[in-house]
Amino acid sequence: MPEQMARTVRATWMWRLGFEGLPIAMVIGALLALWYGLAWMLNAPGAIERVLAPQGAWAWPDLLRATMAMERPVVPAPHQVAADFWSSLTDWPLDSPRNLLYHVAVTGHSTLLGFVMGTVLGLVLSVAIVHSRTLDKALLPWIVASQTVPVLAIAPIVLVILGSLGFSGAAPKAVIAMYLCFFPVTVAMVQGLRSPQKIDTEMMHTYAASRWQALWLLRLPASLPFLFPALRVGVAAGLVGAMVAELPTGAEAGLGARLLTGSYYGNTVQIWSALLMSALLGLALTACVALAERLVLNKRGGV
Amino acid sequence: MSGTPSAPANAPAQHLTLALLAACVLCAGLLLPLATPPTDGEVSVSFWFAAAVLGTMATWSIQRIAAMGDARWVGLLTAAVFGLWIVYFWQLLVTAFDVPRVLLPAPLRIAHSMAEHSHTLWRDFVQTVGKAVLVGWVMGCGMGFAVAVAIDRMPFLQRGLLPVASLTSAVPLVGVAPIAVMWFGFDWPSKAAVVVLMTFFPMLVSTLAGLKAAGKLELELMHSYAANYWRTLLALRLPAALPFIFGALKVNATLALIGAIVAEFFGSPTVGLGFRISTESAKMNMALVWGAIVVAAVTGSVAYALLVQLERRVAFWHPSVRDA
Repeated sequence: MPEQMARTVRATWMWRLGFEGLPIAMVIGALLALWYGLAWMLNAPGAIERVLAPQGAWAWPDLLRATMAMERPVVPAPHQVAADFWSSLTDWPLDSPRNLLYHVAVTGHSTLLGFVMGTVLGLVLSVAIVHSRTLDKALLPWIVASQTVPVLAIAPIVLVILGSLGFSGAAPKAVIAMYLCFFPVTVAMVQGLRSPQKIDTEMMHTYAASRWQALWLLRLPASLPFLFPALRVGVAAGLVGAMVAELPTGAEAGLGARLLTGSYYGNTVQIWSALLMSALLGLALTACVALAERLVLNKRGGV
Repeated sequence: MSGTPSAPANAPAQHLTLALLAACVLCAGLLLPLATPPTDGEVSVSFWFAAAVLGTMATWSIQRIAAMGDARWVGLLTAAVFGLWIVYFWQLLVTAFDVPRVLLPAPLRIAHSMAEHSHTLWRDFVQTVGKAVLVGWVMGCGMGFAVAVAIDRMPFLQRGLLPVASLTSAVPLVGVAPIAVMWFGFDWPSKAAVVVLMTFFPMLVSTLAGLKAAGKLELELMHSYAANYWRTLLALRLPAALPFIFGALKVNATLALIGAIVAEFFGSPTVGLGFRISTESAKMNMALVWGAIVVAAVTGSVAYALLVQLERRVAFWHPSVRDA
């Protein structure tokens, strides 16, 4: 991995910028260029038909200008998306449905709720599985099988059941986020709780440590390096769950609902900026988990 | 691991376990017809008592089976018996408490509904799995693999592309579904496009990691044999990458199903598993929704099991397969 190489060499930041930053910048630049090219190509027929043909004669620069500034483009140009994104952040108050941050709050709320619930469920299950041979054999295969199921398909059912029990708003969405979150945590923690060497568990035994003491003093600390990568996967999966849970309910707020209304009204720019926002939210959530990982593991001394 | 535990001390215990299981099946069979919807709104005490006894027996039987040994079939049997008990108690309790059909249909009702609508479900299966998932999965995995092999020789592109590709795992890519529907229409190509996008990056990242998995010793051996790039790739590096590639294929099988089903929520022809789930749940026909989910679940599990088997056949020599 290039990052590790760079770290071991302890390169200066200038060199690191050139080594790591330049290729990434070039790839992103190439993607943007591709995007502009695609926008121009796919918007051209519509632009000619709706904008240029009614005006009569037109030249190539006109076409270029028209494809970049269409009302309802097939592919909005990057700067159009950026402008819409920015205006949604600055031109509207925070509690207005026109402001994307409002939707981020709604989706982020259920994502985090589901993430916490899923992490707790995963921890409880993994502790139970590690301590019970029966559960290990009876439950673990089903937990693995549950993930070969397209879990997002159960979203409508969960929504109906919880809705009839009187739960609405964030709770049903959080349950679906939880369903996606708990699996990576469970599997990684079963592995992590079993990771202590035999010699260590035997030492706990010679100290006459109880099961709980062995869990608390040996197994849990040993499992931390397994836990955090699972949490990173889990929080990203939880965001997908929360967004998809907004689709079949006809929810009014949230990034998923924003995508859906955008696709109903053919408002492409809105879809793209909602997509951009959900990508940023996903990156921010995983970055937060990564930060927590660094703090905890550094405090423990040594990664 | 091979061979069943057949120590003499174990034999009577196994007989006892089997006898217990038979007794459980008998009692369970007897209790099921007794579970009728309560007429006066109260579930009788005797039913509670019988259910509690059966629950204890069920727990006990699972524990006995799990304690039978560490053989592979014991694990499978334990999981299977556990699953059957869950389904059984689901049926029993749903019938006894007369849970509204809209809320949670009983397993038998779901099975009945599946049999009744088998033709519809088969057409949904062909539309979603046979076309969108299969085409998208093959194209996405193939492209991810090809790009990974192609940029393996270009460190500059790798350094640029790998961080971007890794970041996509934190991004809800399924959100492109409405855009795909807009570009490629309502039919299966738009779903396949979503699947291609979702499966491409995991394959790319895994293959790149796998191509680095070959040991230094083996690489030097190939070098000393004067093997050229392609020879080394085919004889050493690709085989060493197989566990990574199969890992991505397995993850992608599930991702592909999710992608295709969710993409159908954004618009589809009047056929497809995702379409069935969203329309039937709007009609409150929950038995058929569950039926469609059973189809999807079985498809996902079978695809996973097939890939595991294929990996055992193809990469039988690899330590990760040998030890499992």
